Amino acid sequence: MISYLIQSAVTQGTPLLLGATGEIITEKSGNLNLGIPGIMYIGAISGVMGGFFYQESTTHIVGILAILIPFLSALLGSGLASLLYCFLTVTLRVNQNVTGLALTTFGVGFGNFFGGSLVKLSHSETASIALIRLAKFYKKSLPFAKNLGFFGEVFLSYGFMVYLAIAIALVASYVLKKTRVGLHLRAVGENPATADAAGINVTAYKYVSTCVGGMIAGLGGLYYIMDYVNGTWSNDAFGDRGWLAVALVIFSVWKPNVAILGSFLFGGLYILNNIINVSTQIQPLLQMVPYVATIIVLILISVRKRRETQPPASLGLAYFREER
Amino acid sequence: MKTDTETKKKEEQREPLFHIEKNPALSMPRAIGVRAAAILLALIFCGLLTTILTGVNPIDFYGQMIFGAFGTTDNFLVTVQHLSFLLCISLAVTPAFKMKFWNTGAEGQVLMGGLATAICMYYGKALPLWLLLILMFVSAMVAGALWGIIPAFFKAHWDTNETLFTLMMNYVAMQLIIFFMRQWNKLSAGIDFYQLDPTGRIGAFFNGATGVRKYIIYVIVVALITVFMHLYLKYSKHGYELTVVGESRNTARYIGIDVKKVIIRTMALSGLVCGICGFLMVASAQNISSNTAGGMGFTAIMVSWLSKFNPVIMIFVSLFLAALDGGAIAVSTGLEISKSFSDIVTGILLFFIIGCEFFIQYKLVPTARLKALFKKNKEDKQ
Repeated sequence: MISYLIQSAVTQGTPLLLGATGEIITEKSGNLNLGIPGIMYIGAISGVMGGFFYQESTTHIVGILAILIPFLSALLGSGLASLLYCFLTVTLRVNQNVTGLALTTFGVGFGNFFGGSLVKLSHSETASIALIRLAKFYKKSLPFAKNLGFFGEVFLSYGFMVYLAIAIALVASYVLKKTRVGLHLRAVGENPATADAAGINVTAYKYVSTCVGGMIAGLGGLYYIMDYVNGTWSNDAFGDRGWLAVALVIFSVWKPNVAILGSFLFGGLYILNNIINVSTQIQPLLQMVPYVATIIVLILISVRKRRETQPPASLGLAYFREER
Repeated sequence: MKTDTETKKKEEQREPLFHIEKNPALSMPRAIGVRAAAILLALIFCGLLTTILTGVNPIDFYGQMIFGAFGTTDNFLVTVQHLSFLLCISLAVTPAFKMKFWNTGAEGQVLMGGLATAICMYYGKALPLWLLLILMFVSAMVAGALWGIIPAFFKAHWDTNETLFTLMMNYVAMQLIIFFMRQWNKLSAGIDFYQLDPTGRIGAFFNGATGVRKYIIYVIVVALITVFMHLYLKYSKHGYELTVVGESRNTARYIGIDVKKVIIRTMALSGLVCGICGFLMVASAQNISSNTAGGMGFTAIMVSWLSKFNPVIMIFVSLFLAALDGGAIAVSTGLEISKSFSDIVTGILLFFIIGCEFFIQYKLVPTARLKALFKKNKEDKQ
């Protein structure tokens, strides 16, 4: 029972964790990318497209290709989408909120359109595509995990992307806090003019961090499809998880390592109603909890004004060297 | 000596081809020209994309879109409805944006207005019609305003990040609506939609004899709001104060404007107008769902920004997007293209329009290196 709850929380939380880690890296450069929900859709559908064409083209599936092709396709798709966002907000300096929201509109449409097209191509009876033959490689856990009882179920029973997500969050946390690159990135997000004066290439940092962040978020979409729902794409199934990821960024006060715990907490709340058997009438109130909790965190950090927990100072603002 | 020339050469190579300058005074016709060019380019691009992705002739595609938006009386009325709602929300967010308060919570404010209307309709069945309508209208405004005041209060007092705060409030509002619907439906999940007004008297009021009355109501209400907002922003003291707060809070404080009061007041107005839109949506359709606002709260943010916070331009931008959406429905049924394709087209159009703002605000000035390259090219040809 408890192990089931933890397992569900982890698998529900992983897409949120990847999305949030990506968005934290992005926001640290001062880019408030509200296109993250769209980018996660694009990542997911790109992976599905790559996987679909691979699965259709061959009868003999090679494990490593089954993993790599969707993985790289997802990275490519979400990377390109983030690049577009960067081009518009960094090079052309247009409003970040507006660009992000347009990107979300575009991304969701992109996902649903190509998802629908693939369904047509596959002549499937239901309105979804199944990549079960590929998904089993994503879901593969350690063979001896089942024999280890509680420990195995709670810690070792997941597909590789869960561990990857945690590893990415830890690495991101280390890089942001302890390395020179991280210091520079934070400087860009706090005060780009000062960073510029110190000889840091503001444009490059914004581009790279936003694209890397977007790609990580795209993997969140991929995980959801290939692992969580067993390789089945159906339109709009991803739901509001993209926005939950944005909420998680605030909830974890821009710290990827905090986001790990936060994501499992959010994931647990997301499926709590399946477990404690609340009436469906109260369910919406439970679903509201992550958002309310995020608002409370947002208020607390602004009231307490501790320097470590503030959003990046230039979050949402475009940088133009001549405008100081 | 040699190293000197080498470094110089290197520096020359590193010089970019253009540098970017702020363009403070671009004439109105040129600004319109840039935007028109961007839209034209986007339409051509989308046309090509349509052919490549769906095999449909772009002329058919756009023909079907125009038919879908304006072709029949029904289609036209739907476009009018969409235009009214979108314009109403765009006008609502504008004062906040002018104050540089990034209100991404219009969706939630509209939904709260709608929810308040629905609650009145549900519990006020016994009231006389005129009283009920007034009650619905007033409570929608109060609920919308409340949803705007909450983040504004924290922004004013502790500078809480309003973009993220208002964004989260949207989802709280959505879940609240689902909560109430499930209470009323007394049903399990699945049916997150509630049909109000069982006696049909509110429906009768909004439809009139021919079913056209509600469109007239939309147009009149939204036209009044448009005029009001134009005057409010341009000629009222409030409009002046919020513009100053947007430009510089320190200046505002220095000339004796109560910044906190202005922030809260402006967001109250913003939410109040959103609430009116929620009232129109729910009362005229007599039903509510968490998708009642249909993402228009987000689209409105783009409309307001693209119109440069000018209510008159907003009419045209809203019309454009409303027509695009209406057209997309016709395309998806008539040409058997998924409705989602219209989201892609809308997205691309928005990218082009958003991107072209750069060429309005800034200009590219060729640097010495580019000029030299041109010169060299010319000489080579000769």
